[in-house]
Amino acid sequence: MKAITRAALGVAAFALSCTAAFGQKDTADAIARYRQLLQDGNPAELVAARGEALWKEKRGPKNASLEQCDLGLGAGVVKGAYAQMPRYFADADQVMDFEGRVVHCMVTLQGFDYATVTKSPYSGTGQRQTEIEALAAYGVELSRGVPVNIPQSHPKEQASYDRGKQLFYMRAGPYDFSCATCHGVTGQRIRLQDLPNIAANKEDAQRAFTTWPAYRVSQGTLRSMQWRLNDCFRQQRWPEPVFASPATVDLITFLGVNANGAKMDSPSIKR
Amino acid sequence: MKNKIALGGLSAVAVLLISCAVYTAPTREETLQVVKSSFKERGIAKLDRLNQSDLQVACSEASVTGKDLPQEARTRLERQALATVKYPADGQYLGDFKQGERIAQTGVGMQWSDSDKTVAGGNCYACHEISPQEIAYGNIGPSLKGYRKLRGASPAVMTYTWGKLWNSHAYNACSQMPRYGDANILTNAQLKDLMALLLDPDSPVNK
Amino acid sequence: MADPMRIRATEQPDGVDVRVLMSHEMETGQRRDSAGKIVPAHYISNVTVSHNGKQVLSAEWGPAVAKNPYLQFKFKGGKKGDKLTVTWVDNKGDTRTDEATIS
Repeated sequence: MKAITRAALGVAAFALSCTAAFGQKDTADAIARYRQLLQDGNPAELVAARGEALWKEKRGPKNASLEQCDLGLGAGVVKGAYAQMPRYFADADQVMDFEGRVVHCMVTLQGFDYATVTKSPYSGTGQRQTEIEALAAYGVELSRGVPVNIPQSHPKEQASYDRGKQLFYMRAGPYDFSCATCHGVTGQRIRLQDLPNIAANKEDAQRAFTTWPAYRVSQGTLRSMQWRLNDCFRQQRWPEPVFASPATVDLITFLGVNANGAKMDSPSIKR
Repeated sequence: MKNKIALGGLSAVAVLLISCAVYTAPTREETLQVVKSSFKERGIAKLDRLNQSDLQVACSEASVTGKDLPQEARTRLERQALATVKYPADGQYLGDFKQGERIAQTGVGMQWSDSDKTVAGGNCYACHEISPQEIAYGNIGPSLKGYRKLRGASPAVMTYTWGKLWNSHAYNACSQMPRYGDANILTNAQLKDLMALLLDPDSPVNK
Repeated sequence: MADPMRIRATEQPDGVDVRVLMSHEMETGQRRDSAGKIVPAHYISNVTVSHNGKQVLSAEWGPAVAKNPYLQFKFKGGKKGDKLTVTWVDNKGDTRTDEATIS
């Protein structure tokens, strides 16, 4: 009896010390497994399907589809286009990211009004996808497996990268936050959310760039790269970035070039 | 015939010269121009937030170039930051550590999704390990577990901790930690509650 | 017509593996909106899957199935190149049919 009691006490003590050790690693692993299970049946696929329908449907005052839209690989070529944007477009004489370019085509090909189209580009939590989000999901789905290849041959593309880099390190606002505050050091995390070092860690930058747009489980909706920047600046206590504005394109160029070479793997699924 | 060829050659050279123009990177001013025109105010987040202070400019430059601030600049900025610290008039540093824990857990305040009525939190757990019970903590800042146990609670520790909370740059020129007092993020009462969280012997931090 | 669904069907050694992702709110009829009113029930009530015209799966669903239902099942007798048809009907009478080829 005594031996059993002592043994039981020993086991209890051991168990107690083990529960103290159940900390970050187990939690992080469990979360990772949960996310992995969600990959199959990613609701983002449904969003991409809607985006495809929107791309091919005749809409707007000009009653035209987006099928003549030039995303950098020729009119109507969507396959592989996302992986080489942002890039310089001669017809607009500026560097444009995917979302901005699609809006450009909605305006020029379909006759939509720019202000109306970009007024509310992001859906609310659990709400139906916006058109821009659906088109972004469609576009990036057609670059799945394609290596990131953001061009730096035109001077405006190079300038975009350099401005993006400067903006990345710019500390401002009442909290003195820059992008680099969170994303400029390898191995950092906020709470239990790992932060990729987008500036100086190639693998981190690649993982980050190739997995947006993504279905955000916690918000029940698909989120694009423009949304990701928007929500970063909100939390940095900065004012709001204008949708597809030059500064946002510059940042995406900076991130994209840093990610060159990795295969796109999007739409993905995130917390 | 010869003239035509000569002209053709000249224009070809001209084209070559133009397309081979040397690329010059945008200046800081040009980038700032682009940035400021790319943002709009929303809610309480106004455009004046993009006007950088000297400290923000200096620290941004240091990180983009990858070069440390020169010692002289660092000392100057730290001295200036220390001068901004306002210590409690009643000399009392410690508030309620239970409130302090709540403040450390809360991450709202000063975003455009907040209002000017929103009571800000410190969001301390985003970057720091603090109470042993909370396992969801970040690692951007050092662990604060056992704060008092490791440092004691002398007047020097009290003023240092208060100063760090008020304006972290007083002790680290380019600290990433927000200026909770200097930027009016937290009230004096909230800062005292955070002090208690770290320095009250009964706080779970020190158990 | 309702939003398209995504169907993936692959021939495996032990049968055809079918995975369908359907776009549907699957509202239970128990939730209240911000004004306090009940959000009406709106969910898929029937699912049928046919292979080369013959039914291989029939299901009756209710509000317990979550939003954007993900259905996975296996059946024997199908091979690469065959056609699969998936149809759902919901409690409001709305319906959607999509086809896929077994790969």
